[in-house]
Amino acid sequence: MAVVKMQLLSVTGLKKNRKAVLETLQSLGIMEVTTDFIDDEGLKKMETDGQRTTFLKRAESMDEALKILKTYVPEKTGLLDSFAGRKVLNVREYQNFVGQRGLAIEAARNIGKLEREITECKGTLLKDRNQIESLKPWVNLDVPMDFAGTKTTGVLIGTVPGTRTEEEIYAAVYTAFAVEKAKLAEAEKTGNAQNPPEAAFAEAEGKAAGKTGATKTGNAAKATERTQNASFANAEHPVSVEMLFSENDSTGICVLFLKRDAETVAEGLRKIGFARPSQPESAVPAEQISLLEADMEKTEGKIAELTEEIGKYAGERERLRAVSDYYRTRAEKYKFLGTIPQSGEVFFFEGWVPEPQAERVQKLLTEKYDAIVEVEDPPEGMVTPTLLKNNKFSASVEGVLESYGLPQKGRVDPTFVMSIFYVFFFGMMLSDAGYGLVMSFACGIILLKYKRMDTGLRRAISLFFWCGLSTIFWGLMYGGFFGDAIDVIAKTYFGYTGDGILKALWFEPLTNPMVLLIWCLLFGVIHLFMGLALKGYEALRDKDYVSFFADVIAWYMLLIGLILMLLPSDLFASIAGMTFSFPPFVNTLAIVLAIAGAVVILFMAGRTSKNFIIRIALGAYDIYGITSWLSDVLSYSRLLALGLATGVIASVINMMAAMVGGSGFLGPILFIIVFLLGHTLNIGINALGAYVHTNRLQFVEFFGKFYDGGGKKFAPFQTANKYIEIKEEK
Amino acid sequence: MSMGMVFALIGAVLSTALAGIGSAWGVGVAGQAAAGVVSEDPEQFAKVLILQLLPGTQGIYGLLVTFITLSNIGILGGTPITDTNTGLMYLFACLPIAIVGLVSAFHQGKTSVASIGIVAKKPDQFGKAMLFPAMVETYAILALLISILSITNIH
Repeated sequence: MAVVKMQLLSVTGLKKNRKAVLETLQSLGIMEVTTDFIDDEGLKKMETDGQRTTFLKRAESMDEALKILKTYVPEKTGLLDSFAGRKVLNVREYQNFVGQRGLAIEAARNIGKLEREITECKGTLLKDRNQIESLKPWVNLDVPMDFAGTKTTGVLIGTVPGTRTEEEIYAAVYTAFAVEKAKLAEAEKTGNAQNPPEAAFAEAEGKAAGKTGATKTGNAAKATERTQNASFANAEHPVSVEMLFSENDSTGICVLFLKRDAETVAEGLRKIGFARPSQPESAVPAEQISLLEADMEKTEGKIAELTEEIGKYAGERERLRAVSDYYRTRAEKYKFLGTIPQSGEVFFFEGWVPEPQAERVQKLLTEKYDAIVEVEDPPEGMVTPTLLKNNKFSASVEGVLESYGLPQKGRVDPTFVMSIFYVFFFGMMLSDAGYGLVMSFACGIILLKYKRMDTGLRRAISLFFWCGLSTIFWGLMYGGFFGDAIDVIAKTYFGYTGDGILKALWFEPLTNPMVLLIWCLLFGVIHLFMGLALKGYEALRDKDYVSFFADVIAWYMLLIGLILMLLPSDLFASIAGMTFSFPPFVNTLAIVLAIAGAVVILFMAGRTSKNFIIRIALGAYDIYGITSWLSDVLSYSRLLALGLATGVIASVINMMAAMVGGSGFLGPILFIIVFLLGHTLNIGINALGAYVHTNRLQFVEFFGKFYDGGGKKFAPFQTANKYIEIKEEK
Repeated sequence: MSMGMVFALIGAVLSTALAGIGSAWGVGVAGQAAAGVVSEDPEQFAKVLILQLLPGTQGIYGLLVTFITLSNIGILGGTPITDTNTGLMYLFACLPIAIVGLVSAFHQGKTSVASIGIVAKKPDQFGKAMLFPAMVETYAILALLISILSITNIH
């Protein structure tokens, strides 16, 4: 239960030992380097950014290669392998890999190259597939799509918008011929001026317009006219229309005509919106499709080949991992190297080392590397990094504390007190022996099986192990084992009709929620008083007796006085159904305590202010803080609410299971299915609720009384291994 | 069946229905935000899932109150209600969790969305991010408590 004291080490070493010193410190990983205090006039810093970037890039290329390997040749991993931690390599293996790091670089490069080729192939496949898609409608065309015609004939291949029939296309073309003819006739009649050209034009237009009506309404007259047009045109201007397809609101056509009619046909088609395909293929569509399909097959074969090629590198994983870590560690070292000032022959740096290790580091550096090492306590007011030291049980909540904020230098470490309440409250909220058993059992197995988990993960899991035990305890107190599972099973399958089998050691919450509520609030008061006590401890340790008296003792007096006044009152008796009667002197004492406490707070809480009026005003405002105490205490009612939630929902699940599984041959199987599904869901959602609300009680109510975090985590200069752990040989 | 039974049943149904609507909405919006974060950074899945689930508890509280009511009014156990007044009492006892459940889940959902934003930008601040939606939930818990205390004390 403590924040580890840090000491400042100032190291001056010979340049020739620089590499060795740095590597030793890095492998020890117990010093956080700081260069804030060195006035580096006349000293130079090495430019290492370039090398560092190179190393990081190499490490990244290995990571990239490993990712590709994972995609194409997945490793067989078990469900729980994420708990396994980093792989252990002994020094000789590691040195081997590092010695031949060229091989790893080569492998990473090849894997990257193969992957790029695969990506390219996939691009080709996609392109081919799109092309086939766009060619498919034209598959009936037996000439190339950009075919322009023969010596005497012209061809137009393309699409018109909308769904058109063959007749409509013919009509469009013939209308064009009719207009053409009218124009010629008009030209002959020039001079007569009886029939202005506009009229002939309008007539032709009228015919063209009529064609739609003709097809749609079957207007006989128009149809005849069209046929006449057709027969006239057919003789002089042979045209052949081939319908290719009609889909997605467009119609594909191929129109064959005499070359001399090219302009007129084009004009007629243009009127109905004819367009050539944007990129006509110079091949017959059907042939082109089969060519593309062959190409796709070939490309797929190539992808398979390349994938197999990548698969050959699966055995290189370990090498890649080791070398990736090697480069990352080296980059870390160069980062450090770039920050330390150096002169011609020597280099300097300073760093924080936990006090217990300071001497060891000093000795090591002095004796082995001829360095000059000075050890000093951190200067007053200096911010030091925070490292916590706790017993095994309490250390498991360090992660939770860290997520709020670590204590700053000189502040009290709340981990120990917090760990006890954390586990206690979590158990109260989940409060089911069966659920606790499942949780502790699962976490216990993981803890036993995977010894080398990351510290953070290990702590989280052991926290849930302890919380599980507490849950079992509270489950037994409340008489919950998967809700009322034992009773339900006994009643459904064994014809049991008596009272509950599993009796609550304390009492069942639902039978008397009010009493349990009072207990919850009491636990809350104890928790909050502990917070206040920690504040008092801090004040005493810093010999700030005024603060101890005014900010801690006065509050204790006020609050205890108020509680003692409340307990014997009628109000409390009617709410809680409990009556307290104290001897008269206690009642007097309560009033005296409350008043004395309030007076001290009124005069002392604002003591930093010199102005007397403001001081009193601040004190009054502080007394008003009593309302926050009230809301804080009431907040602990969640202990009851969440505890009830688990138990009642569990009973609902059991009831549903008994309903579906009460009778028949399949009954027990259905019972088990509903039971397992329901309780899995319930344990999940309630464990989540318990976790969130336990955190809340700690962070908001408890920490609100004394703690504000804000410390910086101790981050020593160390190896940056992501995949492997190197074991020293004995 | 007496009018009282009808009122009590209306209360029971409202608490699951309204609180459930609120939770469905809250978990829904939070889920959309969570999915967005996972599409960018799949490693945050567990964290954003927890944040998504936070507004889901109101629905469970509602179910809880419904169940206690049903097992008191002779539908799943207990003795059937014979007078209208008792039924009305059950109805009003159910209202805190029904109304507060609906509104708090709605707002908790919005807060969860914002907290998921914190996780997206600063995954290491998860502990604090989780706290904001949990603050909203307090009021659902208080409402649940009052509903339960009222129902268990109606005779």
